[in-house]
Amino acid sequence: MDRGKWLILVSGLIIGAIAVTLVKLGNPPNMGFCIACFERDIAGALGLHRAAVAQYMRPEIIGLVLGSALTALFAGEYRARGGSATLLRFFMGVFMMVGALVFLGCPLRDILRMAGGDYNAVVGLFGFILGVGTGVFFLKQGFDLGRAKISSSPLGGLIMPALMLFFLYLLLKGTVFNPADGGPLFFSQKGPGSMHAAIAFSLGAGLIVGFLAQRTRLCLSGGIRDFILIRDNTLLLGFIGIFIGALVLNIAFGLFKAGFAGQPIAHSNHIWNFLGLYLVGLTATLLGGVPFTPADSVRSG
Amino acid sequence: MEKLDVRGLSCPIPVIKTKKLIDQGLAEIQIVGDSAVSKENVSKLARSCGYTVVMKVDEKNNWEMEIKK
Repeated sequence: MDRGKWLILVSGLIIGAIAVTLVKLGNPPNMGFCIACFERDIAGALGLHRAAVAQYMRPEIIGLVLGSALTALFAGEYRARGGSATLLRFFMGVFMMVGALVFLGCPLRDILRMAGGDYNAVVGLFGFILGVGTGVFFLKQGFDLGRAKISSSPLGGLIMPALMLFFLYLLLKGTVFNPADGGPLFFSQKGPGSMHAAIAFSLGAGLIVGFLAQRTRLCLSGGIRDFILIRDNTLLLGFIGIFIGALVLNIAFGLFKAGFAGQPIAHSNHIWNFLGLYLVGLTATLLGGVPFTPADSVRSG
Repeated sequence: MEKLDVRGLSCPIPVIKTKKLIDQGLAEIQIVGDSAVSKENVSKLARSCGYTVVMKVDEKNNWEMEIKK
């Protein structure tokens, strides 16, 4: 194996280990690091939805965006772009999120759930693979979001990192704008939203994962896509790394429990698990990546 | 020599466009692009298909390569 492949495999191992460590430090089970779940919690913390069990200003996402943005800036890869099929991208993003939340996790959590022994996640993986396959079919037929333009000002791409810094400020300050209603920021008193590691650990984990993801271009839909399209397994190795890293630590910490029933923050409706991640795989492939790239505007890829 | 412009396109579109030309059996293709990721991906594809890659312009966000068989 060449250096790039080792790099991505080791990055995967580190990310898997970080995720399980975050569970150990207080994050929800099999949800040490989940992009979709945590963005949902942030939306909840801002009061954009009022599901009382899923509200927390997740520092992992803040760290992820800042970490990858800083990495791109320092590597000279940072460019603000925009203007290609914006509305279509927006709606595909919405549907990607719907799919992920039906399954109860993004592809990253799918891997983490499998590493925790959750067989339902295997059903989801099959859906995801088929979804990516469908997306590749459309790409081969000529689906194309068109050319993005380089922004005349680099400031556009800094909006997301700036927003994340603002969120971090709110979190650290503990601002409550509307005390009568309890928020925003809203914080779950029970359920997954109430379970979280200390802010410093979560933020640090996010920064590290953001750095690794930006360096290695880690992407699960990209991994399956590249394998189908050009038989390249580089990106897949990253996710094999995550699986092994998380599996080893899950077993070491006694968190591993195999089966369909009684899995944490999961359901056993096979059809919806399958279709949920099918939708994520399809939209991710058409968009060019999974929600691991939470701010398309930040990442350059 | 066939020319291909993948500027402004996000992966995997540059790779797919390159592969279409490779599948047509072209021996020499000139490709221009503007993202570091597409440079890596396109040259990886070209090498895996047995082409040699020569970078004419090799900057992070502005590159031009010739691939030959």
